[in-house]
Amino acid sequence: MPVTIQVNGASHTLDTTPDTPLLWALRDHVHLTGTKFGCGMAMCGACTVHVDGQPTRSCVTPVSAVQGKAITTIEGIESVVAKAIQAAWTELEVPQCGYCQSGQIMSATALLEKNRQPSDADIDAAMAGNICRCATYVRIRSAIKQAAEQLA
Amino acid sequence: MRRITQNKPRTQGTSRRDFLKLVTTAGAGLTLAMNLPLAMAADTAASVAAGDFEPNAFVRIGTDGRVTILMKHLEMGQGTFTGLATLVAEELDADWSQVVAEGAPADASRYNNLLFGTVQGTGGSTAMANAFIQMRTAGATARAMLIGAAAQRWQVPAAEIQVKQGLLSHAASGKSAGFGELAALAAQQAIPDAQSLRLKDPADFAYIGQSLPRLDRGKTDGSAQFTQDVQLDGMLTALVAHPPRFGASVKQYDANKALASPGVVDVVQIPSGIAVLAKDFWSAKKGRDLLDVEWDESAAFKASSDDMQREYRALAEQPGAVARADGDATTALANAATVVEAVFEMPYLAHAAMEPMNAVVLVNDTGCEIWNGEQFQSIDQNVVASALGLKPEQVRINMLFAGGSFGRRANPHGDYVLEAALIAKAKRGTPVKLVWTREDDTRAGHYRPMYVHKVRAGLDASGNPVAWEQRIVGQSIMQGTMFEGFAIKEGIDSTSVEGAAGLPYQIPNLQVELHSVEQPVPVQWWRSVGHSHTAFSTEVIIDELARAAKQDPVDFRLKLLSQHPRHHAVLKMAAEKAGWGAELPKGWGRGVAVHESFNSFVAQVAEVSVQDNGSFKVERVICVVDCGVAINPDIIRAQMEGGIGFGLSAALLSEITLDDGKVVQSNFHDFQVLRINQMPAVEVHIMPSAEPPTGVGEPGTPPIAPAVANALSSVTGQRFSRLPLKLSS
Repeated sequence: MPVTIQVNGASHTLDTTPDTPLLWALRDHVHLTGTKFGCGMAMCGACTVHVDGQPTRSCVTPVSAVQGKAITTIEGIESVVAKAIQAAWTELEVPQCGYCQSGQIMSATALLEKNRQPSDADIDAAMAGNICRCATYVRIRSAIKQAAEQLA
Repeated sequence: MRRITQNKPRTQGTSRRDFLKLVTTAGAGLTLAMNLPLAMAADTAASVAAGDFEPNAFVRIGTDGRVTILMKHLEMGQGTFTGLATLVAEELDADWSQVVAEGAPADASRYNNLLFGTVQGTGGSTAMANAFIQMRTAGATARAMLIGAAAQRWQVPAAEIQVKQGLLSHAASGKSAGFGELAALAAQQAIPDAQSLRLKDPADFAYIGQSLPRLDRGKTDGSAQFTQDVQLDGMLTALVAHPPRFGASVKQYDANKALASPGVVDVVQIPSGIAVLAKDFWSAKKGRDLLDVEWDESAAFKASSDDMQREYRALAEQPGAVARADGDATTALANAATVVEAVFEMPYLAHAAMEPMNAVVLVNDTGCEIWNGEQFQSIDQNVVASALGLKPEQVRINMLFAGGSFGRRANPHGDYVLEAALIAKAKRGTPVKLVWTREDDTRAGHYRPMYVHKVRAGLDASGNPVAWEQRIVGQSIMQGTMFEGFAIKEGIDSTSVEGAAGLPYQIPNLQVELHSVEQPVPVQWWRSVGHSHTAFSTEVIIDELARAAKQDPVDFRLKLLSQHPRHHAVLKMAAEKAGWGAELPKGWGRGVAVHESFNSFVAQVAEVSVQDNGSFKVERVICVVDCGVAINPDIIRAQMEGGIGFGLSAALLSEITLDDGKVVQSNFHDFQVLRINQMPAVEVHIMPSAEPPTGVGEPGTPPIAPAVANALSSVTGQRFSRLPLKLSS
């Protein structure tokens, strides 16, 4: 049974089962591979996308649950906040291996969209679901603060 | 085959086919003569004598002025692409904006790791160390040929031509040209003898030491290409049902339900299990869940970690093979005024890279093509060739970015790559992407081995250390690998005892022994290898000796390091930068550790806070590293930060345990790793040095666990001999 989803402003009708996680619909059917597979159980955050603006773990979200909702992936983030986050990420050379960074950026963008002046505790709370095995955490924290300053 | 990957990698991944096209259509473009043979070599590697093209195998300059630098080492986050390219660009006097990095093909005759002999691979924190002169020479060669071209075209003496930031100029005539304009003519110049090239004096370095921006871009917009992202026409995704215990195998299976599941295309048996192939991941996963497999567990390993630990502890009471013997430790211990003693336990550890293991393989009539975050070309090429009945050069490898590795993608037996190749062999002509789930990855073995160390150390009546006896018990990583011959001597696997056998402290009677235990649990090097456990036991015991001698732990160490100036210097600087001795808030403590690994020297001071409820937090780490010439200081800082975070996962959280032979942990809920709320502030200082560059990928990891343990001891008075660290209530 085909499923239709809205990704980065475009409509995609997919030949897949309704229980397919959004992650795999995006990667294997829409061919947007910036959203990453890390754990499959919402433990690592590598698969984070925005669903109606909310950071969402796409690996445990069935595609049937997001029909009619606006899905934004790393390839489609365009807000001023997102651009500021990406710029800070590049300037501070946050990524090492880079595999988790799409998810980190999606979580960080969602944080700053809601809270333009996050404290360390706010950052920890918003970002603790995103594992970085390279442990780029020091720079993630700095980059979020730098983006916040730039947006202020 | 049509690629449907939407975002081409920005800095690498040009396939051999694309590259050949580039060479033939660009014609005049590819000017340095070095490049044509390079392109051909993919098909004729066997006929290329080792070394023939080595000085020239790393640089390609197009008529558009683009400088493509071929990367013989994997970029898995540690900054190799940027570091290697910096070395070439430095001597080439290229402008950094014209430089791009591209993964080199698998061809050990040109891309071998000079510290691994004839082997191509990345590991042991050797990228900068082995390539420092090689890459600079490659850049200088290209520069000399560009100058030759300019001299010929302008009819001026070569010695009068300047090169700066990608521009050649001749002051007297006012002529100037970019690399692209001269590329075709440069290709016709004689390749200079490497001996005739003069590399820059360090005082003239323009890029080395300057923290150039990283070249591995595409990591903030989703466009960087990892193995997981490879999409090829007609490609199938394979998931494999593996046995639940090491040593078990398939007895029989029923694939009917799996085959009836939507999207499933085929089910094939391979030596390591049953592979389900489907048109996408989710279909393959559901198909695998429907497999009915009966396992033959007659040869399965069914021990538990607790049993193994008991066995190891018993062995630690017996003399082992001697790795180092200075003086007479037994007598000195018997005569010592004070003896401190501890038995250390360190668990198996998974690498748990964020990108679970995966590989894409196509087997067809011409051979085999692999797409992989390829860390060990020579092993994988040979293992796959042997399994498929091919010549090694028929196994072509596209080296993609790796989503972390920490050693895992350099499997000494090519485990997951071989698994993918055997599935692809069964589906000749169809590209197959093998995907391990997190659970597959966590339970597949190839762990940092479990170890027990017993250490006894003695002081004389004046508080001077006089004796040290250390017994290490654990599996050998090198046994059964291609490195066995030179890594294991007289029963000693040097990687089991490294960091202990090389203890730098001046102790007259010192004995280090090893029991190499054989177990069916596969083991592998894990970021910092032996140092990941030896730094912990040695630096905790040194602290305990200092305490027993009633001396300051920094002063105590400094006195014992007078013959080791680089240890001494990093330790002294770390103590100064940390404000060692200055007052801390109530409940806080400091701990220190210093350790050499991979010829780099790192000292760390950890500050911890202990709460009334018995929990604790690592608040701040001050790190000093001496890695010789600092090629890219910002990447060095990043590697120290990351190495500390990686080490903290093991210090605070992670362990793999076995219960009745089964791996207990499966995913990040029970194999826990560090998260941002547990990451301390980190301050990194780089020791100025003119020594040749050494590694930074691993040396940041070993000192953090003992530094934290020593800090916790300073607050609580408790002793720590087990990882991960836990305070007793």
